[in-house]
Amino acid sequence: MNELLRQLLFLPEQGTAYARSVDQLHYFIVLTTMIGAAAVFTTLVAFVIVYRRRHAAQTTPHVEPKPIHEVLFVGVPLVLFLTWFAIGFPQYVELQTPPKDAMDVYVQGKKWMWKFAYPGGPNSTDVLRVPAGRPVRLLMTSRDVIHSFYVPAFRLKQDVVPGRYTQTWFRATAPGRHQLFCAEFCGTGHSAMLGEVVVMPAAEFDAWLADQRRGVVAAQDSAPVPSEDIDVRTSLVEQGRRLAAEYGCFKCHTVDGTQHIGPSWLDLYERRERLDGGKTVVADEGYLTRSIMDPRADVVAGFQPVMPTFQGRIPAPEVAAIVEFMKSLRTDVVRAPPSQGPVYVPVPSK
Amino acid sequence: MQPETQAARLAHHFPDLRTQENAARLGMWLFLATEVLLFTALFTAYSVYRYLFVHAFDEASRLMHTGLGAANTLVLLTSSLTAALAVYYARRGQARRSAVLLAATLAFAATFMVIKAFEYGHHFHEGQLPGRFYTYPELQLPGASMFFTLYFLMTGVHGLHVLIGMGVLAFLMVRTLRGGYSTAYSTPVELGVLYWHLVDLIWIFLFPLLYLI
Amino acid sequence: MSPSPASEAVYNRPNYLTADRGVRSWLTTRDHKRIGVMFLVLTAAALALGGFFALLIRIELLTPGPTIMDAMTYNRMFTLHGVVMIFLFMIPAIPGIFGNFFLPLMIGAQDVAFPRINLATVYLYLLGAAIAVYGMVHGGADTGWTFYTPYSTTTTTKVAPILLGAFVLGLGSILTGINFIVTTHTLRAPGLTWHRLPLFVWAIYATSVIQVLATPVLGMTLLLVTVENVFGFGIFDPARGGDPILFQHLFWFYSHPAVYIMVLPAMAVVSEVIQTFARKNMFGYKAVAYSSLGIAFVGFFVWGHHLFTSGQSAFDSGVFGVLSMFVGLFTAVKVFNWTATLYKGAIQVSAPFVYIVGFLFYLVFGGMTGIALATVSLDVHWQDTYFVVAHFHFVMAAGTVMAFLAALHYWWPKMFGKTYAERPALVGGFLVIFGFAATFVPQFLLGNMGMPRRYYSYPERFWPLNVASTAGASLVAIGFLIVLVNLVVSLAWGRVAGPNPWGSKGYEWNTPSPPDKENFPGTPVFTHGPHEYQEPVPAAAEVTHAA
Repeated sequence: MNELLRQLLFLPEQGTAYARSVDQLHYFIVLTTMIGAAAVFTTLVAFVIVYRRRHAAQTTPHVEPKPIHEVLFVGVPLVLFLTWFAIGFPQYVELQTPPKDAMDVYVQGKKWMWKFAYPGGPNSTDVLRVPAGRPVRLLMTSRDVIHSFYVPAFRLKQDVVPGRYTQTWFRATAPGRHQLFCAEFCGTGHSAMLGEVVVMPAAEFDAWLADQRRGVVAAQDSAPVPSEDIDVRTSLVEQGRRLAAEYGCFKCHTVDGTQHIGPSWLDLYERRERLDGGKTVVADEGYLTRSIMDPRADVVAGFQPVMPTFQGRIPAPEVAAIVEFMKSLRTDVVRAPPSQGPVYVPVPSK
Repeated sequence: MQPETQAARLAHHFPDLRTQENAARLGMWLFLATEVLLFTALFTAYSVYRYLFVHAFDEASRLMHTGLGAANTLVLLTSSLTAALAVYYARRGQARRSAVLLAATLAFAATFMVIKAFEYGHHFHEGQLPGRFYTYPELQLPGASMFFTLYFLMTGVHGLHVLIGMGVLAFLMVRTLRGGYSTAYSTPVELGVLYWHLVDLIWIFLFPLLYLI
Repeated sequence: MSPSPASEAVYNRPNYLTADRGVRSWLTTRDHKRIGVMFLVLTAAALALGGFFALLIRIELLTPGPTIMDAMTYNRMFTLHGVVMIFLFMIPAIPGIFGNFFLPLMIGAQDVAFPRINLATVYLYLLGAAIAVYGMVHGGADTGWTFYTPYSTTTTTKVAPILLGAFVLGLGSILTGINFIVTTHTLRAPGLTWHRLPLFVWAIYATSVIQVLATPVLGMTLLLVTVENVFGFGIFDPARGGDPILFQHLFWFYSHPAVYIMVLPAMAVVSEVIQTFARKNMFGYKAVAYSSLGIAFVGFFVWGHHLFTSGQSAFDSGVFGVLSMFVGLFTAVKVFNWTATLYKGAIQVSAPFVYIVGFLFYLVFGGMTGIALATVSLDVHWQDTYFVVAHFHFVMAAGTVMAFLAALHYWWPKMFGKTYAERPALVGGFLVIFGFAATFVPQFLLGNMGMPRRYYSYPERFWPLNVASTAGASLVAIGFLIVLVNLVVSLAWGRVAGPNPWGSKGYEWNTPSPPDKENFPGTPVFTHGPHEYQEPVPAAAEVTHAA
């Protein structure tokens, strides 16, 4: 039934369970609308036939509605509309609430391509590889104008905005390839800004990721762009460490817990910090980013507000890399770069 | 020029003068509502950015000449007083007093613009300019340039309305001197001054938002 | 119904068209009827221009790759199509033509409250159009009519003249709104209480309230974009601390009520046409009257439903979604009351009525797709796809244009004293009605498939539906041509229309066709509401007036 209606309505395949629920709301609305409209138009046609004008000087009675008429005219649509809203809105809220164990991928839209970066993993252009059955959270921003990340098969869309992060998430149910569109007008290359979401079986994905981190480029995901310096072996965390040094962060912040001019970055991520003025705040990605852009906004208690702002001086993807580096500084993690430990041998597929 | 006779002044589509004058009044109030909404867009932008950049706006507003701003507020308030008195005398048919008071209003309006020009000049000199023209070295927080963008836009659009208001007042003054208004007919003076009061009122909101907080 | 000798005499004596001669008498007129005719000519030209852009767009989309133009030109085409259609046709047309012409006639007034300001709105329209056309001729903007920042503030195309033209047009819109509100409050003839007003007047009044309150916000917003595009002030530039989403909020705060500026006058026409052609009083007069005000009021609080995928909070989306549901209710109330009016009526299926039935079809389905979009989760899939394009074209292009054509055919005899040929009107009507369905139903399906809007090129699987849509568009074009030719031909060769060819008891039919330059010889006195058909319509409808 689902399949029949899906094809009748020209809907793409349902790449996630969420897509299936949204489609079911869709079917419900189409059905009720068709029934309602048929009722209205049948009534209209019936009236036009039954009450057609029979002679030129025909008169008509004065007809007033009874209160029950207007109550029904308002009440019936109201109940229907609110029912649809009551089904649809929780679905939307679900889309806005990524699960805690979601795998993060950084997305950057720019004219006219999509760049993806896995924390601790490779970068890619226009192709997003994800494991099937696992939730994936996308942290997205734009380099220039507003774009929109749209995967019809997932019924998923989220604008990417310059100067801030937006997020969305999905859990792809089965392996497959799904088209990615840009859905916010962005210039002459708007309709060429296509991409692909490649859903791989979970084990295959883990193997692919490990290969990438070891520098074994098993499959080229996109034609190398000569002007871009993409080194697939460089992790975001590594880049972040290099950038933090370049921008002079280490003049005031340490990475090993030593007190210095600014708070130490060790174990900073997700720590509850007490601010000047008594408020507490959790040092999440938003707080860390804000502190780089507007350091006077939420100063940690006990420290002087002497940090300069980096607004306009660091591009957003570099901020993301620095934040990823800060996130990696946990006492239970040995070192930021991937360990040179055992080599993963991919399980041979059947 | 003699005051127009009642019959000559009544437009062919109005049943009587009272309705005609009420229509003019209603039209002016509706127009004032549109002006308020015009500024609402700017005030909304201001509120949003003040919320996002509390510290920068705080420090930037300390770079404003509160004294000059307060002087301008007094100037405009007094101009509203003289304008209101002009209507008072126009209604009583005392054309000369009305014209003198309109002239005083104009003088205060001009004073306002002069003080504003002085302030603008200072900000230009310091590099406290909108957007990409902002070069003031002492305040380089994010949002500082936004404060001045909004300052220049809001006071600029307001200044434009002051100029338009001055035009209206000048026109009314000239017509008053030529005997165009009387006890029976002073609606244009009333409505023109109403516009002036709105211009003043908008400044009353601009001043604390830009100078005091 | 053939005209009586009396009506021939009416037609041949000096009327508002023939009373003063010469171009200057038109350019300096204060007669609301002449101003209405001028708006008819101007907005019809705009409709043709916007339609021309639409045809070019549909031809380009006949193939997945380049067809007749490059990407930059295509981007300019859909921008100009939107700007011309919305600011030069949809917003000014029905109020400017029929509001101007009939509001005073319907309330027993000799003119609108401010006739000189009324004339000024014609010149503001011309000035705004000239500035915008200057921009178009020099390449035009490529931002889409929604001018989202930062694209619109960083593009090098001619954004400034288009925006300034829209600003000037907005000023005209505001002045029209003020004029109509004051007219309705102060110039109603004796005996005409608010509850005896024609429903056309109620809806035009509600439209005017929106025009007055919403347009200034757009004016300022467009000014801010212009200033940033030209001078780099950075109000919406993230690098200077600006928020691009602020633009969206400010823009849609006007542009959502704007769609009600476009559709309420259409609903105004529907009420009149249904009552006349069903020859019956409106079922639920108060419900229909107050629902117009309800749409105007609630319509101001739903703008955020254009921002569901922008990154705004779920709370905001929830509030805007629920309120959008309420706006839909008022429309549902109207549709039910209009249909119920046909009960025990004496229905004559003439061209205006056929157009209105077409309007109802598009309003019901277009409106329901709007409700579906407001469920938020469905909008996530449909936002910025052809589904939304089809939704608003259903209600605006098909719906409102249908009502415009109905108004044109309904009031043509009154305005020009001539009857058009019925059969070409019906043929044109059917072509337009089916043509719009053939054009936009494929687009709903394209949206479901996931085809985004403003796409110059598209993947091949979208090809067949695009071809179908273009085929439909050509039907619409032919239909419009037939309608235009039919109406223009009637001016020279049509039969003389009597004062009341439809046998309507609407107040405006109590005048000659065309009306005299002076609307009424004295002051009319109203003793009852319009559209009461318990008594037959008098054969020669010359109504006596109180002196």
